[in-house]
Parts: sequence; C-alpha cells; structure tokens
Amino acid sequence: MSAGVSPALLAAFTTTTDPGMAPVATPFFFYLLSGLAILGGFLVITRRNPVHCALSLIVTLIAMAHLYLMLYAPFVAAVQIIVYAGGIMVLFLFVIMLVSVERASKDRRFNRIWPVGLAAACALMALFVSAFVKGRALFPDPIIAIPEGSNTQQVASMLYGEAGRMGQYTFAFEIASLLLLVAILGAVIMTKKKI
Amino acid sequence: MVPITTFHYLVVAAALFVLGVIGVLTRRNVVIMLMSIELILNAVNLNLVAFSRMWGRLDGQIFAIFIVVDAAAEAAVGLGILIAFFRNKETINVDEIDLLKW
Repeated sequence: MSAGVSPALLAAFTTTTDPGMAPVATPFFFYLLSGLAILGGFLVITRRNPVHCALSLIVTLIAMAHLYLMLYAPFVAAVQIIVYAGGIMVLFLFVIMLVSVERASKDRRFNRIWPVGLAAACALMALFVSAFVKGRALFPDPIIAIPEGSNTQQVASMLYGEAGRMGQYTFAFEIASLLLLVAILGAVIMTKKKI
Repeated sequence: MVPITTFHYLVVAAALFVLGVIGVLTRRNVVIMLMSIELILNAVNLNLVAFSRMWGRLDGQIFAIFIVVDAAAEAAVGLGILIAFFRNKETINVDEIDLLKW
C-alpha cells in the first residue's frame, strides 16, 4: 500500500475495528453474485437478439461490481458501474439500434465452424482446470485487512500523487488520457461520411 | 461452509473468460463478438482485484481501473469501425465481411 497516505487521514477513515462493519453471509453473497455473473455471461453468448445480449451483459457487469465490493474495492466497483455499465453499454445499445437490421435477428446464431471454436474453448478450460488443480496450494491465505474507508484516498494518491510528489501511476494516468483522446478522434473520424 | 478464498474468485474469473472466448469464436454478429470481448476484459479485472485483495496492495485495483479505461476506448473505436463498415455493406454478419479475401 502507498506509504504516502498521512496516518491522520488513514485513521480518520479506518473502520476495521468496528464490529458493525464485519462482513456477514459472505458465502451466500459470493455464490449468488457469481452465479448471476456466470448466468449473465452465458446469456450474452447464446441470445439471438443483440439487445438481450446487451442487457445480460449489464447484469453481469453489475454483479461483478458487487463482487468488487466484496473484495474491498469500492472505487473500482463505482468506476465499473458508472463507466462500464453506464457508458460503454449505452454506447453498445446505441450502435445496436443503428446497425441491427431485422434480418440479423432471423439469421443463424452461430458460425459455420462453431465446433472448432467450442473445442478450442474447451481446451482452454482444460488448461485452466489443470492449473487450478495443480496450483491450488499456491495461493496463500488472503484477507490482509485493507481499511476500506480510505480506499478512494489511497487510489487517488497512487494515481495523482500528493504533497508535491508524483504518484506511482501518474505517468500511466496521463498516457491513459492520451489514449482516450486518440480513441475519440478515431471514432469521430471513422464515422464521418466525408473525411 | 468453506470460507471464500482468492481461489474461488479465480475460478469465477476463469469461467467468465471461457464464456467470453466461446462468444468470440462462435457468434456471427459482430456486436455480440465485441460484447464477448468485454466479458473477457471483465474476467481479467476480477482476477486483478482478487489478487490485489490477496496481497493487500492497491496495484491490482489501479490496473483494473486502467483496463476499464482501455475497454472504453477499444469499444468506441471498434464500434466506429463497425458503423463505418455497415455504411458500405449492410451486414453485421462476420461471415459476410470478406472484402479482403482473394
């Protein structure tokens, strides 16, 4: 964790000593949310109507935002809901409305060579399963307590820096804003009728 | 019940990743292929945040934020390409997008 966060700020927001903030019913929520996310993912790849796929993906994204909350990452959860579910999926829905002709919903859903794709994905899943079975003992016990009240402050100090120093990821942050600028320019130029 | 460890989150992330890969490889509709790519990116995000929790550092969460930014940029550009192509040839069926074939 960043060593630049002032102890006074950290102490003002630390909640781990408060018994009222201890997590409850964690397995129930984990299985509910991950089942919802996987069901949403399955519906994304199998629905015929692309609007149904977009709505299932929104369900998956919000379930994953809840999983981030369970992992003590409230800032990432908020970014996920605001940017991903609230921005990117709205963009997808706009493009679906612009682009989906009626003929597309009556077309066949899957490729001509869908068994090959399914076999490749099954090979990938076999690789994952073998990695998990062999390496299960490698993951140490987690849950080093992160005081979640100051999560946003610590993320901010890593991204922007504080007290006259650059944060650890300030350069990457600037590159990311350049990336967004280039993406905006590219998207605008590509959709113009006459360049 | 067994306590939920990092490993459980990794299994969920792997399942979502495989679902996304199946979606990219098998669907014909280009928009749904792009949505499957977003599913893959989300699986990677869950992996990163789970590991960030395991080590108690925030680097994984910062990486996840940058991946969300990158997914936004890539979705915008990909959908722009799709719209520009749709204006040429009125199809979003990836099997019919073969203008570069010999």
